[in-house]
Amino acid sequence: MIKVLFFAQTREIIGVASTEVGDEFQTAEQIRRHLAAQGERWALALQAGKLLVAVNQTLVPLESAVKSGDEIAFFPPVTGG
Amino acid sequence: MSDVRIAVQEAEFDQNAEYRWLSENRSVGAATIFVGKVREMNLGDEVTSLYLEHYPAMTEKALREIVEEAEQRWDLQRISVIHRVGLLQTGDEIVLVGVSSAHRGDAYAANEFIMDYLKTRAPFWKKEQTNQGERWIESRDSDHQAADKW
Repeated sequence: MIKVLFFAQTREIIGVASTEVGDEFQTAEQIRRHLAAQGERWALALQAGKLLVAVNQTLVPLESAVKSGDEIAFFPPVTGG
Repeated sequence: MSDVRIAVQEAEFDQNAEYRWLSENRSVGAATIFVGKVREMNLGDEVTSLYLEHYPAMTEKALREIVEEAEQRWDLQRISVIHRVGLLQTGDEIVLVGVSSAHRGDAYAANEFIMDYLKTRAPFWKKEQTNQGERWIESRDSDHQAADKW
């Protein structure tokens, strides 16, 4: 399994903070597309554009590889500081 | 290598305590401290409070990576980064970045670098309560331009 987390607007629009997907995905982008196809809210929250992705708590490009046991997080551009 | 303190916390922080720690060694010739605060006006609306969300498992790791990058680029002695999370009020302090070095050039540059990188790479999100309702703050292009200049 691959754990998927959502933060900020992304989490609010989807309505859940996390989910899990199977091990058949090779990249974060494949997971994004799969989840975005789950419904209108998912599609809206996971539009590629400005969406950021972290794999195992490190920011990476959407096309980065993923594997079983990874923690993936999707979130909007950060606004701290 | 420099000494590093990183904290992500709900509690207020004490600038004087950070300054004392940063400047403790006799070899320190310069210390810079940046403090970010909750402004009362944003985009023309009055801000009453701010909620800061973060990604707990990633936040400290991201800050540490930014600090390590600064250590590679400048000759630094001590570095302190404190970022608050949770509910904050107008006028509250949000973030502190402190850097000490032998000479001021390193302390100034590294401090600005850490803030610029923090603004685009550390997983914090601000949601503000205003007299027009609540809204997530959008990232600014100017912040990305500031980070890109390094």
